[in-house]
Amino acid sequence: MNAPQQVQSDSWTVAGRTFTSRLIVGTGKYKSLEENAAAVAASGAEIVTVAVRRVNISDPNQPMLTDHIDPKKVTYLPNTAGCFTAEDAIRTLRLAREAGGWNLVKLEVLGEAKTLYPDMRETLKATEVLVKEGFEPMVYCVDDPIAAKQLEEAGAVAIMPLGAPIGSGLGIQNRVTIRLIVEGAGVPVLVDAGVGTASDAAQAMELGCDGVLMNTAIAEAKDPVLMARAMKAAVEAGRLAYLAGRMQKRRYADPSSPLAGLI
Amino acid sequence: METDTSLAVQVNGEPRRVAGGSTIAEMLQELGLDRRKVAVEHNLAIVPRSDLDRITVEVGDTFEIVHFVGGG
Repeated sequence: MNAPQQVQSDSWTVAGRTFTSRLIVGTGKYKSLEENAAAVAASGAEIVTVAVRRVNISDPNQPMLTDHIDPKKVTYLPNTAGCFTAEDAIRTLRLAREAGGWNLVKLEVLGEAKTLYPDMRETLKATEVLVKEGFEPMVYCVDDPIAAKQLEEAGAVAIMPLGAPIGSGLGIQNRVTIRLIVEGAGVPVLVDAGVGTASDAAQAMELGCDGVLMNTAIAEAKDPVLMARAMKAAVEAGRLAYLAGRMQKRRYADPSSPLAGLI
Repeated sequence: METDTSLAVQVNGEPRRVAGGSTIAEMLQELGLDRRKVAVEHNLAIVPRSDLDRITVEVGDTFEIVHFVGGG
């Protein structure tokens, strides 16, 4: 009868850092930095992913992300989006560490532009180098339980399989492999990419994932701030359902009202 | 007649001229950039923040100056 307390203290830990929110949101594709900040606030996310790019030296006074989303209040998770080789990804994260001073990063090494599918050979290579250099990489990967295990052995602090291609909004395409990864992992597992709407996020959590990472599903909604709220609720609902333990599926009906005393 | 003592360098892929004898920190200031919000790569090597005041810009140097932007 201690379930409520258990739920109240529900949190997750990655590389020694503990978070209450299980939703990580991206900061790309928003119409404005204001809208972006409002969506992050509505999502309740404690971690946001950010990209590393050249500053615009011809207009240094352009508004900056850090002016709208405070890195002291929200954990910035620098990513390697747009990198197609281990070398590029490592270079990007070394710069990110100097820009922000932290080791917790999101590694993604892409294989091709059309599908943005991860290149696992390069991803594994980059993971090994980054770990040697003291980074704590949360790693975007294919939904393959063997690849996930290899990443964990290489020192990934979180495994982040795709639910569907980046930006596709198709939802989780292979629940079986996501569940197999969750069952086999000794580090947090987060579905990263492919979420389109709230039920997709809930489903990821019902499969036992530790969290969900998304960007486009919120940024490209007609009302991003409202969708951010929906995603917050969905992740919480999915997590609670997972902890509660769902009923068994049955082939046929089973009445909810007692048959005894029927007139 | 004054002699131009500025040096030709590359910053983020663009040719720029920097006053001779400048440190990287001084170059950032000249570019209007807040050194606390950027990271600098100097001839492909990361410059630790503490070295920005120590390293002098040389002719032909290549710099990448990056910061965080929105991304997924």
